[in-house]
Order: sequence, then structure tokens, then C-alpha cells
Amino acid sequence: MLSRNAANLYWLGRYVERADYLCRLLEATIRLAALPASHGGADGAWESAIRSAAVADRFAASGRRFTEADVGHFLALDPTHPGSIRSCLEMARTNARSLRTALTLETWQAINTAWLELQRFGTEETDPLTLMRLLDTVKQALLAFDGAAHRNQLREATYWFMRLGTSLERADNTARLLDHKYHILLPRTERVGGSLDYFQWTTMLRVVSANTAYRWVYRDSVKPWLVADLLILKPQMPRSLIACYEDIVFYLDRLARERGRPGPANRLALAGLQRLQATSIDELFQEGLHEFLLRFIAQNNALGDAIAEQYLF
Amino acid sequence: MRLLIDHRTVYRYERPAAGIVQILKLTPRSCDSQSVLAWRIDVSVEGVLKPFTDAHGNLAHVFYADGAVSELVLHVSGEVITTDTTGIVSGTPEPLPKAIYLRTTPLTEADAAIRTLAESCRDPDPVAEAHRLMLAVHERVAFDPDVTHPSTDAATAFRLGRGVCQDLAQILIAAARHLGRPARYVSGHYAPPDHPEQEAAHAWAELALPGLGWVAFDPTHGVCAGEAHVRVAVGLDSADAAPIRGARRGGGAETLQVSVHGRAVASDPPGVPPSVPSAEATQ
Amino acid sequence: MAGAFDEMLGSSPYADRLDPAAVRPVYQAVARWLASASPELLATRRRQAELFFRRIGITFAVYGDPDATERLIPFDIIPRVISAEEWALLEEGLTQRVEALNAFCADVYGPRECLRAGVVPEDLVLRNPQLCWHQLGFRPAGGVWTHVTGIDLVRTDPATWMVLEDNARTPSGVSYMLENREVMLRLAPELVSEELRDGGIRPVETYTDMLLATLKSVAPPGARGEPVVALLTPGLHNSAYYEHSFLADRMGIELVEGSDLFVHDDVLFMRTTAGPQRVDVLYRRVDDAFLDPLVFRPDSLLGVPGLLRAVHAGNLTVANAIGTGIADDKAIYSYMPGIIRFFTGREPILANVPTWRCREPEALAEVLDRMPELVVKQVDGSGGYGMLVGPQATAEELDRFRQRLKAEPHRFIAQPTLALSTCPTLVDSGIAPRHVDLRPFVLMGAHGITIVPGGLTRVALKEGSFVVNSSQGGGTKDTWVMGPGGT
Repeated sequence: MLSRNAANLYWLGRYVERADYLCRLLEATIRLAALPASHGGADGAWESAIRSAAVADRFAASGRRFTEADVGHFLALDPTHPGSIRSCLEMARTNARSLRTALTLETWQAINTAWLELQRFGTEETDPLTLMRLLDTVKQALLAFDGAAHRNQLREATYWFMRLGTSLERADNTARLLDHKYHILLPRTERVGGSLDYFQWTTMLRVVSANTAYRWVYRDSVKPWLVADLLILKPQMPRSLIACYEDIVFYLDRLARERGRPGPANRLALAGLQRLQATSIDELFQEGLHEFLLRFIAQNNALGDAIAEQYLF
Repeated sequence: MRLLIDHRTVYRYERPAAGIVQILKLTPRSCDSQSVLAWRIDVSVEGVLKPFTDAHGNLAHVFYADGAVSELVLHVSGEVITTDTTGIVSGTPEPLPKAIYLRTTPLTEADAAIRTLAESCRDPDPVAEAHRLMLAVHERVAFDPDVTHPSTDAATAFRLGRGVCQDLAQILIAAARHLGRPARYVSGHYAPPDHPEQEAAHAWAELALPGLGWVAFDPTHGVCAGEAHVRVAVGLDSADAAPIRGARRGGGAETLQVSVHGRAVASDPPGVPPSVPSAEATQ
Repeated sequence: MAGAFDEMLGSSPYADRLDPAAVRPVYQAVARWLASASPELLATRRRQAELFFRRIGITFAVYGDPDATERLIPFDIIPRVISAEEWALLEEGLTQRVEALNAFCADVYGPRECLRAGVVPEDLVLRNPQLCWHQLGFRPAGGVWTHVTGIDLVRTDPATWMVLEDNARTPSGVSYMLENREVMLRLAPELVSEELRDGGIRPVETYTDMLLATLKSVAPPGARGEPVVALLTPGLHNSAYYEHSFLADRMGIELVEGSDLFVHDDVLFMRTTAGPQRVDVLYRRVDDAFLDPLVFRPDSLLGVPGLLRAVHAGNLTVANAIGTGIADDKAIYSYMPGIIRFFTGREPILANVPTWRCREPEALAEVLDRMPELVVKQVDGSGGYGMLVGPQATAEELDRFRQRLKAEPHRFIAQPTLALSTCPTLVDSGIAPRHVDLRPFVLMGAHGITIVPGGLTRVALKEGSFVVNSSQGGGTKDTWVMGPGGT
């Protein structure tokens, strides 16, 4: 496969995943913002969303305020912000368009439709109801994209590169989300339950669609260290760091099989997975959650570079 | 006359540049006016240097660098014995028909002003006409290294009335072709005995004259090429005969340092190894 | 134009009801189909065809039209039919013409005998902007220069086909030939099956296999094993990008851009996820001037530095070869009959359109005099740009062209306005005759010439118009070549 095509597929996967993450983040934030400020709601929620999207510097530079209107526009429709849902979808579609013959008709149509539907919402600020509708639309379209890819794409390099981008981006998103809120996840001696942080935890679970999953896995009320455990170390949880790395290793192995030999990216990914497998949540807290997450994000970036290097992007 | 040439080109890149490919037209051929005793090209980085002959019959090389590099030095040195043939060029391979050298190129297009200049030099005697043309360009265009650049075309330089040897040569070529005279660009070296160690990269023109064949005219000095001229490559214009044309991937900004030195030395008896002049004097 | 030959009705007029006795034999089935299909049904089929083209994404970009960067070429659902006998003549004539074009290239870049013999004026060739002097002395693999040629033909009467233009550089349109057939098979299966009774419509879908075989046959001497072929496109924004991706896909070869390629040690490689892969044959859809920034335009980002070295070192075949523009140059065109005689030793089977070369003073005088009845073309223009159609020009336009001709006569040729044949075409008012041309595609490999039976029929949709270019409001039709034994 041409390296350019591989790079396009990989970035297609990344952009789609990022757009999906932003949708979920905005949805959860709208919900959190409905609570009183004392519960972490109101405008504090919007500031938090910007930090969870890891775009604080750019947002500050844009001179906007932490209000629903400003943040909603910045993360959803702003065509000048390369990290908005709109920009992500546009990039995803451009990548897909140059790959037309590598994608099945359904896969292409799904991403094309997502882009066309989003364009109907324009590029200006919207009211909250329209924003909700927009997020719903995009989420549905992206589910259709995933479904089309999953159902119809041949299981070969085309598919593996796209999924590889998805998993790497997903790991990055989850790690940043956790890192932003790491302080409220630390185990404490105080009684949990009525804590004000409760809504922050459930919001976080909602962003990664894990509110129900949490109950299934732990059969317990929401406890912060378990939230961290779920999102970092539980392989059953599709957005957990360990699940992402299991996927990454799997995809890289498949690619290596086609290429005939594994490379530095395969070794880096496997080492990353083994580190996660050898870690318990207690050890992780002893080491320091923040430090752990920062190191993870850096290693994840290094893996991205190694993939680009290995496949000559 | 015995001439020693030392030519050093240094490329420095902001970041390592990959995929460097260069076409080098840096090697003179022996012909009746010059015999090349020794000549070498040294490249400072790993790669493949392959010789080939281009369409004009020039001795060329292509260089492919192996990896990414942040500095590339091309060092050319050699020794040539020249003879004054009053500009007449003979003993060169001529694979192309002369009519090819009537083609106009973007760099040698004659505008109204150049056409007027050419018409004013028309003469039934082609040799006289060629000399008149060369002198007209020599008188009308002043040498000035600061007004033109390598991609300036003949018409622009003529309008400015100033330029470097490349511009004068291309104006002469444009005018000659307008008069139906095949004309071509020559890149080479110039090392007069009275100015040792001067910057020696030079360019002039060759015109095909009935009965004489190619004759070299140097409009910068207003003379036919003689003992001080070393002829390296010919082409339709300066881009076609360019000593170095290259491409690379990445690398960011580039700085370029060129130093070319020519030195006329007393003719030693043959067999004495040439003393290579120092080339440290880069500017 | 009054008196133009209609391929369905000959010289009979179009009436509300087609008279079966007036219909030429080869169009009988089509005429029956048209008579039985209601206008509504035809209109529905036309809409379905448009939907199909939109869905698969055949669009083209129109230069200089910012509002319509992606437009659909209108498709007419009434096929154009060519009989087996007519095609046999065309096939023979096309083969002869392309053999001559290729021999001309080989000679111009080689021994130049045709110049010495005075078949073509020397300066017209050697000073021609289309001549690539870097290629002088070069001999491509298999001696093939023009691997893919599109010959534009017009028909002026039942027996006469004329060559309007040769396209020997990077002719496009073959994807329309293939997709138009695809659409017809879907939209009018009843018509197709009726034709089957009469000898059948010869298939065109083998074109891509034939193209790949042609390209592999000219692998360079330096190739090892099964040759690797790739298709070089200028990229997504090129007007023919759809065709490039379509052809690459059908041939199962990589669609590459300049940035995917590099030359090292005189060998062309493409960057793949499995490391650099050697490319032996490059089917390029990029113009000469952009192919190698070290030799041609230094600002080109579409090409590959060192490409010409790989070609000259015998490690790469570029198809079509660099420099074939000299063969299809409009200034050379008028010399084609002589070129064909010189290289094939036979009279041309396909006629040239009579052409005045304005570089010749007597011709110029006549052209200036008769301009309102002539078509004047700029020798370095294409796609219908830089062209004057005398009978349709305003006095002001005529004047402007007269001035241009006087200033630079060598840049122009002139031809009479031809009574191009017409074909039945579905227009808003019903079925009406519209002028057409035909571009068959001729392939030349190491083992000779192959022509797929068919081509791209372009139709001028405006009543009375002769301009069939898609950029100027032309449409396309499926072109049916009937099998032997048919009508």
C-alpha cells in the first residue's frame, strides 16, 4: 500500500474518533452545566470541557469566555478552530475522498453524509437545543461510519490502518480526560457518596459512555478510584487505556504480518501494553496518577511517531 | 595557458534535508581550445554520483544523497590547458542540429527592445554582424551584480540596462536568434593572468556562423573567448546549462555559499602534478 | 447545419413519428425502441442516468468557472450506432494513423529522415515548443512513443470520416466510454437484448485489461520479473481525477502522486508501507513540463526529481513517452497526410480536414478574406479555447481575430466549417438531430496496435452547435460498434 494512502487512513481514523469524543464531551457538559455551580455545574463545567479537550491555550487565545455559547461554538462548529468537530469531519472527509477506491461505497457515503449533514448547521453559534441536535446527528453518522467499516471493509491493511488511528486517538483522549480530573479521583479517607465530586465522576463516565458499564463491572456505587481503574486498566471497557493498547497491538501485528516483519512501532506498542498489564490500580496511585498519565500521553505520542516512521508517512 | 580551477559550493539546511537529487554540469570536455588534464568532483556526503552525457553533449553527473543531511559540500577542482582559437569552437561533439539553438526559451525571449537592438546590428557579413551584436550588448548593458537574479530573463535585464555575465549572455543570445543565428549559452570559468585568484564563475555565448561553426563571444568583456576562458557546459539558456540543479524534501531554509577560483599559472613541463590552490577563501 | 448527414435518418427530416422506411439499417433497433418508449419513460431514464453518474462521482472541473468546480457531463441515453463494416474501415484507418504518429516521433527524435526528405519543414519541428530536445537521441522500450492515442473523428457523409485532431499526449475520456456502456446496460436492457438478435454490441470493458497488457509490454530493459505499473495523477483537483482513479482501480495498480515517488540511483520508487517499491512503467496523466523539476519547470510539485534520468538509464518507461506532443501539434497536423505516406507507404485511409497554414502568406491572405466561413484555431490552444468559429462569430470577434492573425500568423491554422454528422438526441423538445464527433482510443504496445471497438461520442447539445467540448456545453453518448453479421 502507498504510504500516503496508509497515512490518510490512519488520520481518517483519528479524526473520526476525535469528532466522536468531542460530541460526547459536549453532551456530558451540557448535562453537568445544568447543575448548580456548587455541584461543579454552571460555567465551571464549560471551563472543564475546554480542559478535557486539551485546547485551553488556543481557547484563551481566541478571547472567548467559558460560556455555553462560546465553548459550544468553539468545540462544535468553529471553522477556524482545527480541533472543532466541524474541522475534524472536514479533514476526515478530505482524507476519505482521496481514498475513494480503498473504501467501500457505504463507508465513503457514511463519512460524506456526516459532513453534508453537519454543513446544514452552518458555522455560527447555535442555541442549546440545536447544539444537542447537531451532536446527535454527528454521533449517529459516525456510528454509521463505524458500522459500515466494521461490516464491509476487507480485513486488510486498509482497515487496520484506519482502526489503528482510531485506537491511538482514543487512548490519547481518555488519558487527557483522566489527567484533567486526576485530583478528584484520588482515594480519600472521607466518606464517599454525597460528595460534590460525584457529578464530576458520573460526567466523566458519561463522556466515555461508561455510566452503565461501571455498574456492570463493579456492581457498586461510583467510587473515584474505581473510575480510574475502569478507564485505565479494565480490558472489558472499550475506551480504557489497556483496551486501546490491546487493539493497537493487534492491528500492528496484522500489519506486520502483511509486511512480513515487525518494526519499532510493534515493539513500542507491546511494551506499552505489558506495562499496563503489569500495573495494579494501587501501585498506580502510589506512583502518582498525574505522573503516570503524563508519561502515558508522551509514550502514546512517541508510538504515533514510530508508526509514521515505520510506514514512511 | 595553464589554468587551475577550484570551485566549492556549500549548502546548509536548517533541518536535515532528505532525498537530495542534483544534476551537475560541472565537468569540462577537452576540445581544440582546451585540454583537460585533471578534473574531479568531491561530494561531502554519502550517495551515488553517476556520470552521463546530456542532450547537448555536456559531461554531466547526477548525485543522489543516501540519507538526510544538513550540510552538503560540492568541491570541484581541476587543471586545464587553454589555447587561443579566436573564439572558434571545434572538436566538440554536436549531437543536436544547429536549428535547435534557434528555439526561444522564457529566459531568452526577445522583446521589442532587443529586436530593435538586433536589427540595428544587421550586416551582410555574419562575422561582422556577430561582433557588432556583442559590442552593442557590451556597451548597452553595464556590469552590476546587484540588480538581477538567476531567474531574470533577457528582456528584463535589457530594460534595466544592467546585469551580470548571465544576463549579458542571454541578451546576446536573444538578439542573435532574432536575426536567425543559432545561439547558445555557455557556463564556464574565466581566469585572466592579470587578475589571479578572482571570482571565476563566468558565462558567455556561442553563435553558429556560416563557414566557421560555433564561435564564442563574451559580451561581458567585449571579446571573443580566449585563453582565459574554460568552457564547461552549453545549453539553450542559463537554466539549461546550470552548473547545479537540485531538489530535496524538507530541510527548511537553505543557505548557499559558492566560491570559484581560477588561477593562471606558468606552464610547467607536462608530468608535474598540479598544485591545487587553497579554497578556504570563502566569502 | 442544413444538409448535414444524420446517422439514423440519412437526409430525411425528423418528424413526430419516425418513418421506419427512412431509418438506416444499423439504427433499426434503436428507432423501434424510440418509437415504443414514451417521452416520460425516456425522461425518467435520463434522470436515472444522471443520478447514477452523481453517485459514482464522475464529475469534471471546468477551468475558469468558480461556481461549478464539480460539474456533471450531460449523458444522452440514445446510443450512437456504428456498423461492423464502418468500424472495419475505421479500425484500419486508425491503425495506420497511429503507426504513422509513432513512426514520426521515433524519426523526429532519432534520424530525422522525414525532415531531410522535406515531408515537414525542419524549423516547424525543431523550433516547435512541443519538441522536447532532451529526448533527441532517445529510443524508448519497444520503440513505442504513443502508447495511448485518442483520435478525434468527424463524419461528413456516409462514406467519409475525417480526423479533426490527434491526441497523443495524455488523452482523456476513456472512463466515459466505459461508464456510458455500464449505464446503458442498466437503463435500457430491452434495447440491448434486441440488438443481441442482430449480431450484438461489441464489448468495451476489456479496455483496461488491454491497457495494462500494453503498459507491461513496454517494461524497460532494467525491469526485473513482473513489471510494476503505476498511474501518475496530478491529484484530487485535476479535472480528470475521476478517470485516473477509475483506471488505476480497474487495472489494480497504484494511483500515485509526485510526492509518493522518488528516484534513487536512476531507479524510480514509490513509498509504500512495506518500504520503497520499484516502479517499472509509469502511466502518467501529468504533462511533460511538470514531470521532472530538474529538467523541466523547476517549480513543479507534480513530478519527480530525476525522473528523466531513470528513463534515460533504461530503468523506467513513461507512457506516453515524453515529447509526443510534437506528433499531435496543430501546426504539424496539416502535414499528416504526407507523414502517413512517408512512413506507411500508403495513401491515408482517414482523411485530414483541409487546413490553411497561416504561417504561409498566401494561406494567410485567403484566411483573412474568408474568415466568416472558417474555423480558426490557435496551434497551441486546446479544449475549444483560443478558437474562432467564423459563421457564429460577431463582427467584433472576427476583427479581433484578424488582428491576432496578422500579428502572429504562425500561431494559427484555419479549416472550413464541416457539416458534422448528426445523431438522434433526447432534448427538451423531444428527439432531435445534434452534431457529434467520435474519439476512439488506440493502444500501442511492443507487440503492435489494439483498438477497443467503441469510443467516446461527444454531442453538441445546443441546436446547430458544432462545439462538442465538455467544457463548452457538450454531452456524451454510448457508442455501439455492432458485431459482424449484424445490421
